[in-house]
Amino acid sequence: MDGLPGLLLLADSRLPAGGHAHSGGAEEACRIGAISGPEDLARFLRGRLATAGRVAAALAWSACAAADAESAWRLLDAEADARIASPAQRLASRTQGRLLVRTAKRIWPSAALAALARAVPDGAHHPIALGVAAQAAGCTPHQAAMAAAYTSVTGAATAAVRLLGLDPVTVHRVLAELPYDSVIAEQHDWSALPAHAAPALDLLAEQHLRTEVRLFVS
Amino acid sequence: MSANHDDHHDAPDGHGRALRLGIGGPVGSGKTALTAALCRSLGPSLRLGVVTNDIYTTEDADFLRRAGVIDPDRIMAVQTGCCPHTAIRDDIAANIDAVETLEERFGPLDLVIVESGGDNLTATFSRGLADRQIFVLDVSGGDKVPRKGGPGVTSADLLVVNKTDLAPMVGADLTVMSRDAAAVREGKPVLFTSIREDRGAHSVAEWVAGIVESWRHQHSHSHL
Repeated sequence: MDGLPGLLLLADSRLPAGGHAHSGGAEEACRIGAISGPEDLARFLRGRLATAGRVAAALAWSACAAADAESAWRLLDAEADARIASPAQRLASRTQGRLLVRTAKRIWPSAALAALARAVPDGAHHPIALGVAAQAAGCTPHQAAMAAAYTSVTGAATAAVRLLGLDPVTVHRVLAELPYDSVIAEQHDWSALPAHAAPALDLLAEQHLRTEVRLFVS
Repeated sequence: MSANHDDHHDAPDGHGRALRLGIGGPVGSGKTALTAALCRSLGPSLRLGVVTNDIYTTEDADFLRRAGVIDPDRIMAVQTGCCPHTAIRDDIAANIDAVETLEERFGPLDLVIVESGGDNLTATFSRGLADRQIFVLDVSGGDKVPRKGGPGVTSADLLVVNKTDLAPMVGADLTVMSRDAAAVREGKPVLFTSIREDRGAHSVAEWVAGIVESWRHQHSHSHL
């Protein structure tokens, strides 16, 4: 399938784009005891995938499908902004987006990534950056959405392994059983972009920023 | 020009940017103390920036800010998600971002110090992040440590053995450390310090001033 190598590289946690230091709320959830074992983690990840993952997948799909379109990406970025209630989460998303664009520009030099950097100079939201990086890497919009859905849960899963010492194989089984396809839908009309909120994730992100001892950026 | 034209900081040849110096080493060996000492000694003559990689919160950055050796705004802290070596070796994106932010805000700078979070003997900086690197050990880890080697000890541009004042108390033989370090490092420099007694770490500062000078000579814009 065309685009598959790009998808594998983009979804790989070893992609050097700063993702390893973000826990997607998992660090705070571990700290307050909301995640203490594989069962809690599975519930947390299912919730994350169904909300943040679904929105990220739709945004990444749309960003990937837009053809070298600065104004389209700027608007899409504003749509992303409107869908993330927590300032802490918005900051984390933009930080990851900025680092991803910087990294992807060197891996897949392209007019599209340069245009995105111009369109949103302070850092596009991560799903937008991922969608345009996927386009530059030759991926289809569906693959971009899959990468967004998948990476919406892998960072949190890895963080829980590191913080709680969970069995990594058990956690990978949890990851394998998640319904990624169910949150991916073809995007044609931006007015139909999903806007699934997750207030608990918003609260975790805000509390995380106010916690004195933290190992992860978010 | 390519699509990367605005990424001049990424230029592998380093033209027009500060020398990036990595300081790595095990927990408690004195990386932050050395960073503070270098700021103290070099601050008056060089334009500096510092990036800390804290394992927990902003402990090291706060220490440097309290030490008053550098404008607090010129210190940036990076979080490493439980993996300090990942942030300096495998995925350097957040550190590069911090270095470039300092250069954009306060540039031009002569030297940006990137202090790693305390790690083990295998930790080493990516060449994509640090132009030169110092590895800091201390005598209280035992005089066998240099012999054990590891990429930090063997390949760093400078090996610093700190806390020599403690050597008699922990039974560490500095001659043994010196001999072993010379053997595994194939002649690359080793300096012994006691930053508690020499708060400017003057021998190290002199070495750093030397590499900054040659960096400036090699990478000045006139060579473009």
